[in-house]
Amino acid sequence: MSTEQSYPVGEHPSLPPPTSEVGIIGWVRHNLFSSTTNIVITVLTIYLLYVILPPLLNWIIFDAVFSADSRDDCRAIAKAGGHELGACWAFIGKRFEIFVYGFYPVEERWRINLSFFLMLAALLPVLFDHIAYRKQGLWFSLIAPFVIGWLLLGGMGLTPVSTDKFGGFMLTLVIGVTGIVGSLPLGIALALGRQSHMPAMRMVCVAFIEFIRGVPLITLLFVASTMLNYFLPPGTTFDLLLRVLIMVTLFSAAYIAEVIRGGLQALPKGQIEAADSMGLKYWQSMRLIILPQALKISIPGIVNTFIGLYKDTTLVIIIGLFDPLGMGRASLADTKWQGLSTEIYVFVAIFFFVSCFSMARYSLYLEKKLHTGH
Amino acid sequence: MTTADTSSERSLLYRLFNDKELRSVTIQVITMALILAFFFFIVSNAVTNLETIGKGYSFSFLWDASNYDINQHLIEYNSQSPHWRAALVGLINTLLVAVAGIILSTIVGFLLGVLRLSSNWLINRVVYVYIEYVRNVPVLLHILLVHGIVVNTLPIPKNALMAFDGTLFLTNRGFYTPKPLFEPAMWAVLIAFVIGIGFTIWFKRYAKKVQDATGKIYPVLWISLGAIILFPIVVFFLAGMPLTFEYPELKGFNFKGGLVLRPEFVALWLALSLYTAAFIAEIVRAGIQAISHGQTEAAFALGIKPSRTMSLVIIPQALRVIIPPLSSQYLNITKNSSLAIAIGYMDIVATIGGISLNQTGREMECMTIVLSIYLMFSLLISAFMNWYNKRMKLVER
Repeated sequence: MSTEQSYPVGEHPSLPPPTSEVGIIGWVRHNLFSSTTNIVITVLTIYLLYVILPPLLNWIIFDAVFSADSRDDCRAIAKAGGHELGACWAFIGKRFEIFVYGFYPVEERWRINLSFFLMLAALLPVLFDHIAYRKQGLWFSLIAPFVIGWLLLGGMGLTPVSTDKFGGFMLTLVIGVTGIVGSLPLGIALALGRQSHMPAMRMVCVAFIEFIRGVPLITLLFVASTMLNYFLPPGTTFDLLLRVLIMVTLFSAAYIAEVIRGGLQALPKGQIEAADSMGLKYWQSMRLIILPQALKISIPGIVNTFIGLYKDTTLVIIIGLFDPLGMGRASLADTKWQGLSTEIYVFVAIFFFVSCFSMARYSLYLEKKLHTGH
Repeated sequence: MTTADTSSERSLLYRLFNDKELRSVTIQVITMALILAFFFFIVSNAVTNLETIGKGYSFSFLWDASNYDINQHLIEYNSQSPHWRAALVGLINTLLVAVAGIILSTIVGFLLGVLRLSSNWLINRVVYVYIEYVRNVPVLLHILLVHGIVVNTLPIPKNALMAFDGTLFLTNRGFYTPKPLFEPAMWAVLIAFVIGIGFTIWFKRYAKKVQDATGKIYPVLWISLGAIILFPIVVFFLAGMPLTFEYPELKGFNFKGGLVLRPEFVALWLALSLYTAAFIAEIVRAGIQAISHGQTEAAFALGIKPSRTMSLVIIPQALRVIIPPLSSQYLNITKNSSLAIAIGYMDIVATIGGISLNQTGREMECMTIVLSIYLMFSLLISAFMNWYNKRMKLVER
């Protein structure tokens, strides 16, 4: 048997690649074991995962109890199952409504649900531009905040609900969304002011931005909660939630302003000169030439600021508002469920992860969509 | 204006709003007037309000006894100490956790950033998942979660977890390690260390001069390491090892002696560092990716060794991109350390802005102190950044 076979010159058929270079084996060789360092890293990582993952999964899923009436109940169920108690998710299940609605009156909760759907409906035309009836949708988005405000606060035919009843994820959304909606226009104004040719304007904007960015949000919230009353005419009282909303909006506006300033500075000077030579007025050139380009460049930064603002809403527990963390801690006062703080933290962490991660993904989508270069 | 000017026929009022130059003045005057009016309004309100309740605005309370204890104080402090000392203790605690956090987060962040770029698929994914998880969860939650883990899952001191052969005890009351006790001869080691650093600076200049003149390259790194590390160690042994350790001992329900890291400090430190490390990792990744591959290829084409390509070509350029956002992360860590109040770590906000404020009712004064201290940090970092940017600016045509 001859293993040699000859072909005329140039007629040798292409051989398939060696099996060690393609398929799963090839992929593993290239991506996991391509060099000595890589082998070491792979082995160490697998060991690390082996140490961390099983106990974590056991705690979250396999040893967890999903329905019970108290923590002792959870323990008993786990014992009956012959394993140690993992997470006691039954607690979250029982208190789920409190986590979502806070102290909002039970019979009025439909208003929160309706507001939530209105908010989603109002967001759609803003976020995506390939949907039907976008133009009418945008008008709706403009009105929606007022409708939602009316629904949540009541009055004019609805039972009034005071803001100290707000809590849970609903409070997070109220603070987060108001902050986001309010801080963008304010941030743009501050950024333009900082780039302005008028020295007084510039000075005021710089002082404001640098002051806000220089101090932690928590101190500003303290200012809002402890000493704002001193600065108001005697006798005026000011809703705590409203103070927080104002502070959060001002806070993130300063950061947005810096992000947009970066976008403005990245534009070539020729753009504004061209706009000037076309005879456009200041606001025209800003609206038609400068801002569309500057905002496009700053999108990743803007979304990052929004994510930061959204995450910072958790700080309100420190001045006594009840966001999901606060609600969770409050419900721990119930002796039946004492000591389950880790479950609350993990649950709230999952909520924040899902919302912030989707925001980050949306920003990537937007960046791709708006990328008009080559 | 000349009399021939046609615009002078228009009234001054018209020009104030329609002449480009004059309008800018008008707008500025109106803005300043509004802002001054606003400040006048709030200040006069504050004065009236303070007068009504008879408080006034004075910092004399700072010299009264504080009447509260602070569990972690690096300087002498007890409940009879004045409020300003409480503020100082808080400030030191803030700085302590900030500096410790900056060090740890930089190390972890650079490591993660480099691993994120690794060609190894597994580690790449693991780091990606870690970074995304950490960045998308509020830092307050991280702090509470880590604090919960330290307090709830670590054993009581009696069953302390022992690590590194009895030199580190992990308990829910804190982490205990031996406390180094310096004897007088330790000064010699310190002096040796300073001399080592001085020598290194001189040697680096000298080596550069030699290299510029003759092309001869000294192993600067090894010689400096020897001068900074080996030399003090030799002195340490020559001086008869002037260092003893005070070991923590279990007495009753808790450890006595040794160096203790309190659970609040540990939780805050770890949570802040790991949180910021995720951001630093992304900054480092972006910085390294910003350097075009042509730079590496060009360096190789010139025959520069890979290690020197990294240290002479890639890293200096990457640092130019990395350092500005990095410094703002350092500022963030300092500001985020104010969340300490959620777990009872006594930083500047918790001492003067928390307990002192509640005890004395001096909201204005206390918040002024806290705000100005943070502003000072921020201005210092900005000043450093401006200096750095000026130094590192690419010299273009």
